[in-house]
Amino acid sequence: MTMWHVILIASAATLALKVGGYVVPAGFLERERPARIADLLTVALLAALIAVQTLGAGQAIVLDARVPALIVAAALYALRVPFVIVVIVAAAVAAGIRAFT
Amino acid sequence: MHDERAPGDASEVPAVPDARDLPDAADPAAGTRSDAARSAVIRDSLSVGLATAAYGISFGALSVASGLDVWQTMFLSLVMFTGGSQFALIGVLAGGGAAAAGPAIAAAALLGVRNVVYGMRMKPLVDRRGPVTRVAAAWITIDESTAVALAQTEDRSARLGFWLTGAIVFVGWNITTLVGALIGDALGDTRAWGLDAAAAAAFLGLLWPRLKRVQAGAVAVGAAVVATIATPVLMPGLPVLVAALVALVVGWFDLFDRKRATP
Repeated sequence: MTMWHVILIASAATLALKVGGYVVPAGFLERERPARIADLLTVALLAALIAVQTLGAGQAIVLDARVPALIVAAALYALRVPFVIVVIVAAAVAAGIRAFT
Repeated sequence: MHDERAPGDASEVPAVPDARDLPDAADPAAGTRSDAARSAVIRDSLSVGLATAAYGISFGALSVASGLDVWQTMFLSLVMFTGGSQFALIGVLAGGGAAAAGPAIAAAALLGVRNVVYGMRMKPLVDRRGPVTRVAAAWITIDESTAVALAQTEDRSARLGFWLTGAIVFVGWNITTLVGALIGDALGDTRAWGLDAAAAAAFLGLLWPRLKRVQAGAVAVGAAVVATIATPVLMPGLPVLVAALVALVVGWFDLFDRKRATP
């Protein structure tokens, strides 16, 4: 698969899901259990992506400048600092550690 | 899209003032009241829309850093247009390259599942004029448009909030994606600039507003642990999908739902 194939298929899938909400009969995902799972699915995927993005290096697990950067990001989110600033600071922390080590 | 931060989360929108706080005590003329509701919803839409649009910069830069070109990055923001899925796709591709195509598509699609729920909620409100309107509504059905609509007390305000927020986020998100992509293109060595850490911080920003409940926190920790343990043994991309099973198990049996976390 080329990069364009991946992008086209993934975009078609997410767009189809959006349209799906308007064409399938309401009900199924409104029920408590499916709605709860749909909600938690988002949480699980984001948390897994954070773990892989912070600790993964191919198939290895490594502790490097990304870890302190993420800790700083968490502290800033807790202080309600806006998203864009947090992302920039996290990049700066990692870049700074790499520049001086 | 975040706090409410990225196109992603209708569960909480701190940027939206409560429309019910509007003064209507002594019953002024009904017209005045609906004018007030109208300007309140326009204010909501603008604040959420503009705040969200700014995250496009980080998406654009990270997307280029993960190996997509500017056109591919723009295609995602124009057509996929749902921040969580966009970040997930480029995140998995960054880790695994073309070999992770399948898991990358699956991760993006799974993160798009919540838009089905949003569509079901918005349909009675906005799907009123045939197929073109329906597709347009579906296209802009994201966390922000849904959240602003749900925060309104009147149907007319909710409808206006949905379309206005969706339109502002769409235009702003695409403009800032382009800016971010061009910046990312110019940066070169992305690790030296810390863009890999920025990606993790971006995901954390999408996750943060969802961690109000103990149950969500438990799922987040469990999924992160599973993904980490699975990384050395599974091909890139799959650990994220395996971690999604944590949500399935916890959600099915409704585990850890005893009390609320402190906000």
